[in-house]
Amino acid sequence: MWKRDDAVRPPTPPPAAPGGPAGDATAQRPPEPKRQLERDTTVNIGKSVVIKGELNGSEDLTIEGQVEGKIELRQNVLTIGPNGKIKAQVFAKAVIVLGEVMGNVSATERVDIRDNGSVDGDIAAPRVAIADGAHFRGSIDMQRGPAQAKPAEAKPEAKAAPAPGPGQAQPASPAPQPAGQR
Amino acid sequence: MAGDNTARTVSDLFRWGPRRGNPEGAGPPPEPGADEARVLPSKILPKFLAALAHQESPVLVDLGPVVGSNITFFGERLSCKIFVEDVCAEIERHACRDAAADLPAFLETRFSGRDATADGILCWDVFDYLERRAAQALASRLVRMVKPGGSVLGFFGTDDVERHHYTKYEIVDDSRLRHRPYPATGGHRHVLLNRDIIRMFEGLEVSEQVLLQIKVREILFRKA
Repeated sequence: MWKRDDAVRPPTPPPAAPGGPAGDATAQRPPEPKRQLERDTTVNIGKSVVIKGELNGSEDLTIEGQVEGKIELRQNVLTIGPNGKIKAQVFAKAVIVLGEVMGNVSATERVDIRDNGSVDGDIAAPRVAIADGAHFRGSIDMQRGPAQAKPAEAKPEAKAAPAPGPGQAQPASPAPQPAGQR
Repeated sequence: MAGDNTARTVSDLFRWGPRRGNPEGAGPPPEPGADEARVLPSKILPKFLAALAHQESPVLVDLGPVVGSNITFFGERLSCKIFVEDVCAEIERHACRDAAADLPAFLETRFSGRDATADGILCWDVFDYLERRAAQALASRLVRMVKPGGSVLGFFGTDDVERHHYTKYEIVDDSRLRHRPYPATGGHRHVLLNRDIIRMFEGLEVSEQVLLQIKVREILFRKA
């Protein structure tokens, strides 16, 4: 009956370990600033943004808008958001696709096409993951070793469609998919 | 009587009790095993894999719907280049537009690329969904696409039933496949006789052929 309500008490930090170094105060701090920093290093291109041309950078990038041309983030992660529409050649360390990509994708680490993501083009990466509801049309080259991303890069012109391979005739006009396939 | 109805409703809600057929007019009755994935052995898949394993960086063409785990399997296991050409999606697209008659011409032009470039072709059961002219058009194109020494794997149904699903074949291991049905506009299954299949793939030799208990003929073709 006379028990104090602990919920109204202001939170008190846990006592420091006896004999612990004074500098441990930083370790007890919540990791908010670090997380904030990580958040800050990812750049966003918003839904309404349309870019035509070449996009280079050294930060992780999330694209929710439209990009046509070429995207190069060789040391970073590129995320194509659910609203993102890319018609470009893509080079990155890792590429995560939740939206639509038309064009060849090269990654030195991995390409991940998530549920409802769509890629029409050739993929070159050591690791490729395609989710069940994803759409993909093109070829996949899972080479071993980082140096092997070069053949796709060597092409002088930006190409926004899968390269003709065995049985591929019209790379520039992939057939539309029925909605049920997504 | 009312109690029975209530029990049925509750049973339906929680999916208890035996599965009942669709009410009249609500579409065809479900096909046996059409709604669940099954893991079944494959006698020909190990031989197909073995044939590809002899090639240096083989080129593989998959005519079925994209299956992520298969891509990983082939990429890691054979380090091959895989071309995904979802023919089922094209069949579905034509079926939805009621344009199945255009399919033979479409299949002839769609694959008009370089000849003799594929080390292996996975047809799965695509031919079961094609009428004779379309099947012949696709088979002729595949025969040209495959390299000398290359292999073609195909499954051909032997029972004449209506089908309202396609199947994703997910490789579990070297000799087992998970059959995962998914909905299709559907229609009649086109059963091909053995001699018709051999004629259709003129230019290839039947290397192995197995009739499975599930009434599917697995065939491995090789190009000499």
